[in-house]
Amino acid sequence: MGRMSATNHIIHIDGAHSSVGVGMIPQLLLALPFGIVLVLYIFAVIRSNRYYKPWPMYRTAFWILGVLFAILAVSDPLATSAHVNFTAHMVGHLFLGMLSPLLMALAAPIKLILRTLSIPLARRLSRLLKSWPSRMVTNPIVASFLNIGGLWLLYTTNLYSLMHDSILVYLIVHIHVFIAGYLFTVSIIYIDPRPHRLSFWYRSIVLVLALAFHGILSKYLYAHPPIGVPAEQAESGAMLMYYGGDAIDIVLIFILCLHWFRATRPRVEFAVEQ
Amino acid sequence: MTTKSEIGKNHSFRKKRNLWSGILFGMGLAAFLDEVIFHQLLRWHHFYDMSTTSMGLISDGLFHAFSWFATIGGLFILADLRRRNAFWLKRWLGAVLLGAGGFQLYDGTIHHKLMKIHQIRYVDNIVIYDLIWNLSAVLMILTGFIIMRFKSGAKDGADERH
Repeated sequence: MGRMSATNHIIHIDGAHSSVGVGMIPQLLLALPFGIVLVLYIFAVIRSNRYYKPWPMYRTAFWILGVLFAILAVSDPLATSAHVNFTAHMVGHLFLGMLSPLLMALAAPIKLILRTLSIPLARRLSRLLKSWPSRMVTNPIVASFLNIGGLWLLYTTNLYSLMHDSILVYLIVHIHVFIAGYLFTVSIIYIDPRPHRLSFWYRSIVLVLALAFHGILSKYLYAHPPIGVPAEQAESGAMLMYYGGDAIDIVLIFILCLHWFRATRPRVEFAVEQ
Repeated sequence: MTTKSEIGKNHSFRKKRNLWSGILFGMGLAAFLDEVIFHQLLRWHHFYDMSTTSMGLISDGLFHAFSWFATIGGLFILADLRRRNAFWLKRWLGAVLLGAGGFQLYDGTIHHKLMKIHQIRYVDNIVIYDLIWNLSAVLMILTGFIIMRFKSGAKDGADERH
């Protein structure tokens, strides 16, 4: 009897998904902030270019691409297929939680804001960035727990199926995925000015551990699908998570190593070391 | 103004850096070839084996992440050695074999056998595969040691760059 009702429940959810999908309102609510920050970024570039040397074009390009991938992830057609298909959900997750945060971090938004704002406002912002809450959420270990820990919570509890029933949970999960992905990225690679810099060793070790638990979760999902996900979709979704994650992580590792390479540039031969 | 101790320090720094760059890159290379050849091309290895222990899953995840990092990090250390004119080809190549063999031996014994992550190939006479796998790993480690032992012509190995 228990099993019957469980099956009915799944069929019911699937039926609801295919007929309803994700409504216009949640799609708009998630996509709108990205549209707004795109306009703000371009506005800031134009405005600050009047007083400073031109803002690099590639940074603007990174921002536009990052915003596009995020919007792609939260709106149709991907949003609706992600609702019924775990593999499509994973494509959206890779865009929203990994690719888009990486591209947007490479666009150095804080640097841009600081040169656009008036000096008193810029000072206030940099004070805010130095505050302990800001320091805490951009600590690599905290950011890894928010990012990878959040994923474990999402896929190994009933949060995943809850997300499909409640619009509120849906919104919170998606906002969390993006913000946690962004915090994680900026906690590992320093593109923007940062008050509290941590050593390469520290960041490298946390990065390797975070990647490892991302990979472990993907393999775990291969064998233990989230509630309501058919085995076949779980398998292809898990493999996408594993290899797609690897592809984006290479960029993260490369940038971190490149920064190490630049920072340890030898100055004078046989300089007195102390 | 280079005192003897500074040269000595520099020499041991070079020895260590070349060794670590090679070991890291070797480990990464072995893991990468394992992925490309045995997982993707031959499809002998499986993405997930239902008999995998949870320790195996964790060890596999850690090694996979570390090997990605090691490949890229090892090459950046190599670039660092080159710009310092401190690259030492024989020592580095030997270390690559050491790292690759070490990874393969760990994979072939602990991963495949103890933690049962997956087998080399899903056939009956798996013993032969295991034997070749682990013997070739030991061979790589030994060759690595021998290459590193070769007396380089230069006293300091300073002319080892090609």
